[in-house]
Amino acid sequence: MSWEPVIGLEIHVQLKTKTKMFCRCPVGFGAGENTQTCPVCLGFPGALPVTNRVAVEWTILLGLALDCTIAERAVFARKNYFYPDLPKGYQISQYDLPLCKDGKMLVPTADGDRVIGIVRAHLEEDAAKTVHVGGSTGRIGGAAWSLVDYNRGGTPLVEIVTAPDLHSPEEAKRFLQLLRQTIVELGISDAEMEKGTLRVDANVSVRPAGSDELRTRTEIKNMNSFTFIARGIEAEVERQIAVWEAGEEVRQETYDFDAATGRLTPRRAKEEADDYRYFPEPDLVPVEPDRRLVERLRAELPELPAARIRRIEGELGLERAIVLVTGGLDRLWQETVEAGADALAAANVVANNLVRAGVDPELVSPKELAKLVGARERIPRVAFDEAIARLGEPGFSADPYLAREAVSDVAALDPLVDAILAAHPEQVAAYRGGKEGLLGFFVGQVMRETDGTANPRVVSDLLREKLAG
Amino acid sequence: MAPVVDTLRLTAEQAAALLERREISPAELREAYFEAIAERDGELHCYLRTTETAEGDGVPIALKDVISTKGVETTAGSRILAGYVPVFDATVAARVKAAGLSLLGKTNTDEFAMGSSTENSAYGPSRNPWDPTRVPGGSGGGSAAAVTAGLAPWALGSDTGGSIKQPSALCGNVGLRPTYGSVSRYGVVAFASSLDQIGPVAKTVRDVALLYSIIAGRDPLDSTTAELPEPVRLPEDDSLAGLRIGVPTELNEAEGIEPGVRDAVRRTLELAEELGAEVGECSLPRSVRYGLPCYYLIAPAEASSNLARYDGIRYGARAEGSSYQEVVERTRDEGFGDEPKRRIMLGTYALSAGYYDAYYGQAQKVRTLIIEEHREALERFDLLACPTSPTVAFPLGERADDPLAMYAADLLTIPSCLAGLPGLSIPCGLSDGLPVGLQLIGPQFGENTLFRAGHALEQALGFDTVPERWR
Repeated sequence: MSWEPVIGLEIHVQLKTKTKMFCRCPVGFGAGENTQTCPVCLGFPGALPVTNRVAVEWTILLGLALDCTIAERAVFARKNYFYPDLPKGYQISQYDLPLCKDGKMLVPTADGDRVIGIVRAHLEEDAAKTVHVGGSTGRIGGAAWSLVDYNRGGTPLVEIVTAPDLHSPEEAKRFLQLLRQTIVELGISDAEMEKGTLRVDANVSVRPAGSDELRTRTEIKNMNSFTFIARGIEAEVERQIAVWEAGEEVRQETYDFDAATGRLTPRRAKEEADDYRYFPEPDLVPVEPDRRLVERLRAELPELPAARIRRIEGELGLERAIVLVTGGLDRLWQETVEAGADALAAANVVANNLVRAGVDPELVSPKELAKLVGARERIPRVAFDEAIARLGEPGFSADPYLAREAVSDVAALDPLVDAILAAHPEQVAAYRGGKEGLLGFFVGQVMRETDGTANPRVVSDLLREKLAG
Repeated sequence: MAPVVDTLRLTAEQAAALLERREISPAELREAYFEAIAERDGELHCYLRTTETAEGDGVPIALKDVISTKGVETTAGSRILAGYVPVFDATVAARVKAAGLSLLGKTNTDEFAMGSSTENSAYGPSRNPWDPTRVPGGSGGGSAAAVTAGLAPWALGSDTGGSIKQPSALCGNVGLRPTYGSVSRYGVVAFASSLDQIGPVAKTVRDVALLYSIIAGRDPLDSTTAELPEPVRLPEDDSLAGLRIGVPTELNEAEGIEPGVRDAVRRTLELAEELGAEVGECSLPRSVRYGLPCYYLIAPAEASSNLARYDGIRYGARAEGSSYQEVVERTRDEGFGDEPKRRIMLGTYALSAGYYDAYYGQAQKVRTLIIEEHREALERFDLLACPTSPTVAFPLGERADDPLAMYAADLLTIPSCLAGLPGLSIPCGLSDGLPVGLQLIGPQFGENTLFRAGHALEQALGFDTVPERWR
C-alpha cells in the first residue's frame, strides 16, 4: 500500500517591534539576562498590560499577505497554566476571536500552484526563556537548577496555523521558505530559526494514498532549521507508516527532534490532559481594527514572493526562480538584468558567487554587478572573485577589475605549461592512461603559477592539446 | 501653639482649610492622627502598618493594602505577599501623592479583598468602631473603620462586589464605588479584573467627591479606563427638586433585610420626597435573583487566574521544596488562606473544559441581562435607592464559618457592581444603635448626580458619624 503524509504547521514568529507586546520594555536579542523587564512583564501584583499598536498593525499586515479575513473584533484571552517561564500564570493570547483567519498561501510548483490554507494568525506574548541545568533530559523534571531569562517574556509573537494541506516534507520546507521570505519582506521580523525568532512545530499523520481520512496525528517540536524540519517530518512519516503496517495504532504524542542523531524522542506523557481554561482577558479591551487602516495596509502590500516566482520563472525556470526569490535575491537579479546583464548568467552569479562571498544584496550596485557578469569569462578569476567580494563596499567600481585582462596569449603560457607537465610525469602518464579528470589538476597548477591571471579556457585548450600529443 | 484637632470630627475638607490657613502644620496634622492611632487602633486593628515618614504636605490619607505603594510593604491581607515591597506606585497612589496627600499607612482587608468582614485577613480582623465585638464589614473594613474612628480623614478602598459600600454602611460613613473604568486599577492587587474598582471612603459626601476628583480619569496604563465625560462637581445644593429616585422592589424587600434597616431606608426616602425628589417603584427581578450566583462564577473565575502569579518565585513569601513543583505547591498551600483557596477552586471549575459554557459563559450572558435591566430602570429614574447591606454590623465570628451567609452580605451591592454602575453609600440612621447605609445607584458616569443626592440627604439627615461611645 502507498501512504500519503498529511502535514500541518504551527509557526511562531517574534515581531521585531521596538517594545514588547504589553509593556514598554525594549525587545532585543543578546542583552544581559533579566535586564529588559518591568513590573508588567514580570507579572508583579497589580501591573496591567497595554496592547502594542504596532504589533497589531504588523499582524494585520501579515494576515493580509496571507489572504486572511481581518477580524472586525479580535479578543485577547488568557491561556492559564503554571510554568516558570510564565510569570503571570497565564499567557495573553487569542482564542476564539483571532485577529486574522481563513487565509491561504500559494506555493508554486511545476504542476501549478498548491494552495495551503491558513486557519488563523493570532497575536500573543512570548514566554520567558528557561534553561534547565543538570538532569538528563534538559527538561524541568529532574533538573538541578532552572534559570529563567525574562527578557524574552512578553515579546510580541504571531502564531500562524496552517490547514493540514501539506503532503510531503519537501512541500513543508518549500512552504516555510516562502512564508519566511514573506515575513522578512514585510519587515516585521528577522524570522531566523537559529535565533528562535521563527519557530515551527509540525503536526504529522499519514493515510492511505487517495483517501481523505484524517488519522491520529503526532506533534514534532524542537526543529531548528528547515532542513531538520523536513528530516524530522520524514522520520515521523516513516515511523507512522511502519506502525500502521505492523497492524498497530499511532498514538497521539509529542516528539522532540534531535538534530544530532536525527531521532525522535517522545516527550514524557503528561499526567493530565491540558486544560488551559481560556477566558477573555478582562484587563484589555477588544481590538477593533479601523477598516481604513486595514485598507491602507492592504494597499501598501508589496508584490509577494509567490507572485514574483511566477513572474520570473519563464526566463529562469522554476527552481532558479525559487532560489532567487526565497533567497531575497530576485530584485538584485532583476535590476542587474535591466542594467544589461544576461539573465541566466546574472542569476548564476547572484545565486552562487554572491551568496558564497556573503555579500548583502541590498548593498550591491546592479550596474557594477552587470559589468562583472559580462566580463567574468574575460578577466582573471582572482580579479572576478575579489570584485564580487567587494561589491558591497560603498562606492565600489568594477572598472579597475575590468581592465585586468586574463593572460590568453598562448605564446606566453606555452613554456609554463611545458614546465608543469615536465614536473609531473606520473600524472601525465595517468592522464594518457585514461584518467582525463586530471585535467583540472593541471589547470589548477597553471592558475597557481600565474597567480590566477591565466584565462582558464585558454589553459585547458593548451593542456588538452599537449597531453593528447 | 497648634489648635487641638478632633480627628473624630475633622473632615478632609476642614483639614485642608486648616492647612491652607496655616493654622496647623502638615506635621502636626499627621501627629494628631498618629495619636489617635496610638489611642484606638490597638482595639480596632485598622492598620496593617503605618508610615511614620511620608512625602506630601497635604491632608493625610490611608490606603487599603491592596494598593501598591512604592517602598511600602503591600500584602493584600495575605501571608503569600508577606514582605513584598512594590517597586512602583499604583496609579491611584501616585495621583494622591501628586495631589500632596501624605500616606498614613496601609489598612486591613480580607485576604485579596475576598470577604465581607475582614475576618479573612491573614493578619487578624479589624473591629467596628461602633461596637468592637462586631465586624466593620469588608473587605475594606480597615479603611472604613479608620475613617469613622478618626484614624484617617479619608481613605481609599477597592470594591469588587461591595467592599467599599458595605463597610461604609456598617461603619456609618460615606463610600463610593465609582463607575467601572473611571478609576485606574494599575498597581492594585487584582481580585476580579472586570469588577474591581478603587474608590474613596470619607465622613462626608463632599470629601468623597473631592477625593474622587483626584483619582478619577483615564490612565494610559489601564486600558479599561476612560476620560470622565464631565468634571467632578462638589455638591452644594440642599434640594432634590426634579430628581427621580427609583426604588427597586426586589432590592428593598429581599429576604434577609432586617426590619430596622428597612425602616431607616424608608424614612430616608420619605425625606427625599420632602426635599423635592420624585420617588417611584421599579423592578430589577433578574438582577437580584441571579446577581449573587452570577457574581460567584465570574469573580472566582477571574480570581483563579489573577492569583496564579503567586508562586513564590519572584516575590513574596516562599516555602521551601526540592523541586519547582513542590515550591509552588507548598508556597500556595501555606500562603493562601481558606477563602482564596475556595475561590480559586470555584473559579478553576467554572472555567474548565466542558463546564465553561454552563458556568462562566452562562454567567457572562446573565451579566449582560443585568446590565440591560439596570439601563432600562435608569432610563426612567435618575437614581436607584435601596439598603447597602441587608443587616447592620454583625458579631465577629458569627458568619466566619458559613461562607454562604457571608456571601449574602453583598446581596444588595452586587447587582450594580456587575452592571459596572457607580454606587454611593451614605449613613441614614441607626438600628439597634448601629449605622444603616443607604445605597444610591447611578447611571454610568453618574457620580455627580450621586454626589448631589447624597449631599442633600446628608444635610437633611444630620447623621452623627462619631460612634455614640466616643461622643
